Amino acid sequence: MSGASSAFFRELKLAWSGGGGPALPVGFFAAASSLTPFAVGPDTETLQIAGPGVIWIALALASLLPMERLFQADLEDGTLDAYAGSGVALEGIAAAKTFAHWIATGIPLAVVAPILWIMLQGDPGAAPLVALASLIGSAAFFFFGSIGAALAAGVRRGGLLIALVTLPLYVPTMIFGAAALYAAAGGEDWSTPLMLTGAAALFGMASAPFAAAMALRTAID
Amino acid sequence: MAVMSIFANPHRFMAMSKWFAWGFTALGVALIGYGVFQGLFVAPADYQQGDAARIMYIHVGSMWLSLFAYAFMAGASFVSIVWRHALADVAAKSAAPIGAAFTALGLITGSIWGKPMWGTWWEWGDARITSVLIMFFVYLAYIAIWQAMETPQKAARAAAILCLVGAINLPIIHYSVEWWNTLHQSATFFTGEEKATIGFKVPMYIVALGYLALFGGLTLINMRAEIMLTRAEMLAQRRQAAG
Repeated sequence: MSGASSAFFRELKLAWSGGGGPALPVGFFAAASSLTPFAVGPDTETLQIAGPGVIWIALALASLLPMERLFQADLEDGTLDAYAGSGVALEGIAAAKTFAHWIATGIPLAVVAPILWIMLQGDPGAAPLVALASLIGSAAFFFFGSIGAALAAGVRRGGLLIALVTLPLYVPTMIFGAAALYAAAGGEDWSTPLMLTGAAALFGMASAPFAAAMALRTAID
Repeated sequence: MAVMSIFANPHRFMAMSKWFAWGFTALGVALIGYGVFQGLFVAPADYQQGDAARIMYIHVGSMWLSLFAYAFMAGASFVSIVWRHALADVAAKSAAPIGAAFTALGLITGSIWGKPMWGTWWEWGDARITSVLIMFFVYLAYIAIWQAMETPQKAARAAAILCLVGAINLPIIHYSVEWWNTLHQSATFFTGEEKATIGFKVPMYIVALGYLALFGGLTLINMRAEIMLTRAEMLAQRRQAAG
C-alpha cells in the first residue's frame, strides 16, 4: 500500500472511530440551518427566499469545523514528522487526509442537506439535486479549507485564524453553489452553476494540496 | 539578481533607506496636497455629477494603490519563498497595513461617492466593490497570520504562502463575482461613458503619484522599524546571555 493511501485509510478509521467525528459538523449544520425560521419568521415564502442561501452558508461553516484538527493533531503527536521523514510527498498526504475527511464528514453533510432543504420549505422534487450540490460544494469547501488548516496547524486555538484565512477562498463556491440551489428552487437551468461549482471543487482538489503541503513543511521544521 | 543582492545586506539597506524613507514620505505628502488642491478647487466640475465627482481624486488613486500594494506584497512573498530573501519578508509585512489602509480608504470614499450617484452606500451587485471587499479580508487575514505564529520565521513562510494563494484567488473572485451578476440578472449602474479630459486627469495622476511615493516612504519607515526591532531583540538576548 502506498504512503498516501495508507494515510487515507488511517484517517478514515480515525474519523469514524469514537469522538463522534462527523456527527458534530452534521449536528452544527442542522442546528444552524434550523435557526433560520427563528430569525426570518416561519412564513413559507420568506423561508423559500432565505432557505437556499442559509443552507449553503451553513454548509460552508460546517465544513470549517473539522479543519482545526485536520493537521493539528498529527503535528502535535509527531505523525506529520513521520510522514515527512518517510519519503512520501506531503502533497499526497495533504490530499489524502483532506479527501478522507471529506468522505467521513462531507458525505453525511450532503445526506442531511435535502432534509434541511425540505424543512425550509424547499421543493421536495429538487432534494436529490440539493444532495448532489452539497456533495460537490463540500468537496470544494474541504479542499480550500485545507490550505487554512495547514497554515494554522501550528497555532493554538487556530480555528478563528482558519476562518479568516479560508472564508475569502470560499467566495466562488459560495456564489456558484447557492446559484445552483436558487436555480433549482425557481425551476430554472441549474446545470451551469452546478458545473461551475464542480469546477471550483476540481480546482481546489488539484491546487490546494500543494499550498497545504508547503505550509505543513513550514510547520514541521 | 544584482539589485536584490545589494538589498540583501540589512546594514547597507539601513544606510540607504534612511533618506529615501523620509524623502518619499515628504514628496508624497506634497504631491497629494498639491493634487487634492488642484482637484478640489481648480479642476472643472463634472458636467454630469457636479462637484460630487471630485471625490474621485482621492478614491481612484487609493484603489490603484490597494492593488499595487497587494501586487508588491505578492512579489515580495514570491522572492521570499524562492530565494529566502530576508528583506523580502520584512517588505511584505511592512506593506500590508498600508495596503489595507488604502483599501479601506478606497472602500469608504467609494461608498460616500456611491450614495449621491447610485443612491446607495453599498451595491452588492457590483463586481468591483465586492471583489475589493474580499481583497480587504485577505489583507486582514495576512496581517492576522503574522500575529498568530510563534516564531517570525514560521510567520514569514505562512504569510507568504497566504499572500500568493490570495493573489491567485483575487482574479478568480473577480470573475466569479462578475458571473454572479449575470446569473442573478442584476442591474448595471454607471451607464454614462467616462470621457475624462486633461483637466480631470492631471490632478488625479498627481495624487496617484503622491500615494505611490507615500506608500514607498511609509513602507520603508515600517521596514526600518522592523529591522531595528529585530536588532533590539537580538541585543537584549545577547545581554541576557552575558548575564
